[in-house]
Amino acid sequence: MAMVCARIRLIVAAIALLVVAAAVAPLAAQQPNSVDPNASAVQEQQLLQEFKRVQGLGTIPDTKSYVIEQPQGRAWRQYREGTLPLIGTIAMLGMIVLLAIFFMVRGMVRIRSGRSGVNIMRFNAFERFVHWMTATCFILMALTGLNITFGRVALLPLIGPSAFSSWSLAAKYIHNFLSFPFTLGIILIFFMWIGGNLPDRADLNWLAKGGGILGKSEPPAYRFNAGQKGIYWIVVLAGTAVAVTGYLLMFPFYGTTIAGMQLAQMIHGTVAVLFIAVMIAHVYIGTIGMEGAFEAMGTGTVDLNWAKEHHSLWLEEQQTGADAGGRHPYAAATPAE
Amino acid sequence: MARMKFLCDADRCIECNACVTACKNENEVPWGINRRRVVTLNDGKPGERSVSMACMHCTDAPCAAVCPVNCFYTTADAVVLHSKDLCIGCGYCFYACPFGAPQYPRVGNFGSRGKMDKCTYCTGGPEPDNTAVQYAKYGADRLSQGKLPLCAEMCSTKSLLAGDSDIIAQIYKDRVAKRGYGSGAWGWQTAYRETIAT
Repeated sequence: MAMVCARIRLIVAAIALLVVAAAVAPLAAQQPNSVDPNASAVQEQQLLQEFKRVQGLGTIPDTKSYVIEQPQGRAWRQYREGTLPLIGTIAMLGMIVLLAIFFMVRGMVRIRSGRSGVNIMRFNAFERFVHWMTATCFILMALTGLNITFGRVALLPLIGPSAFSSWSLAAKYIHNFLSFPFTLGIILIFFMWIGGNLPDRADLNWLAKGGGILGKSEPPAYRFNAGQKGIYWIVVLAGTAVAVTGYLLMFPFYGTTIAGMQLAQMIHGTVAVLFIAVMIAHVYIGTIGMEGAFEAMGTGTVDLNWAKEHHSLWLEEQQTGADAGGRHPYAAATPAE
Repeated sequence: MARMKFLCDADRCIECNACVTACKNENEVPWGINRRRVVTLNDGKPGERSVSMACMHCTDAPCAAVCPVNCFYTTADAVVLHSKDLCIGCGYCFYACPFGAPQYPRVGNFGSRGKMDKCTYCTGGPEPDNTAVQYAKYGADRLSQGKLPLCAEMCSTKSLLAGDSDIIAQIYKDRVAKRGYGSGAWGWQTAYRETIAT
């Protein structure tokens, strides 16, 4: 009896095992033997190669923090550490060296016929105010801007970290706040002097003769010669570029990403150091480079002989009472016998 | 000395954000600033992974390289710290950082940048260790007490590891060997120019 019971138990157990096996078999057939949960997982290097950054979704309100990796800061670092200081040094020192050589060779450009003692108005009070407002802002912003690029190397070791930080913090505020009068100045300069700064045929002649640098007399020019027109357009265009990129940096993430801000800083820095180099030349020719030039922006008047030698066509306009902004055909403007 | 690093095992992170909360609480981080955050990649899709990211305390840190006032320094434990007394809030470290670690309180002009704040690896700042003035500026100084950053200590799945580079790399390697897969040490190649061979 016991043996029969044991056999029945064995058979029942075997059947039960078969039933379970039959039920499980199809399930097991659907699953691969080894599971790789990483088969479809995102890969860091793949994301970086494809998108240059790793970005996902987060739960904090700061959506900018959803970018967790963006190695392109390296390129910007290279620009900041190497490229910009190099461009800046070459442009600014190069300009100073060139001007020094020019000054030693050519000396101050004199009023050849001497001073007449008669002055004529060249820039009115409003024009001079706008010029000096913009110039003051420019000089202070140039110094505070150069401090960001060169201060750590040039000034920090001299005055120590604490004093340098205090100065740099003040410099940051000066740079940021003066941007507003500077931008206003650029806008006013654009509208105030556009009339005299459109290219005309006199410019071709002036440029062809190299502005009279080597010759005995300067080619005729209206209110602004081709060189001055160049300065005007550099001021307007470079001023606009530094203003726009500067405001993008001042208001982070308004219309920019980090990559955008890196680009904005690169444009800002490069244009700014070239701008400074050009303005060094502008300051030179307006002061020690040319006799009788500074008073145009100082008192607003210039000597009659200075005007005759540098802006003969403009002087003619002034004397005949022609519209200062208007231009005559070049042929008609040659001095009458 | 040790070379301290973070390592986020993305295959273990369950996006619970305990590290974020722990960090904010331990360091009394100013409002609006997150020294650490968890970001989910491929959210809701197969192969979704979450990564907890903060300052990685890079080798040859870009932030330190570009800082105009040289306010960064690296401790003997290879933790990248900065002085809030020297910081001028210019934003340059933020342009250079590959991990978006630097954060700025909105106290500056035009509501933009105050003095930068970032993960200190729970190591405080240049002030004397475990003083009130250090805590007020930088938060907790756990490392000087022999404790690791609280974010990693709190991690419920031990996804976020903190500690000496060799030790946490070995733990990660062992894990990968045992379970047979691993999506790698996120950010290591960018931060340290080396990753963990698994």
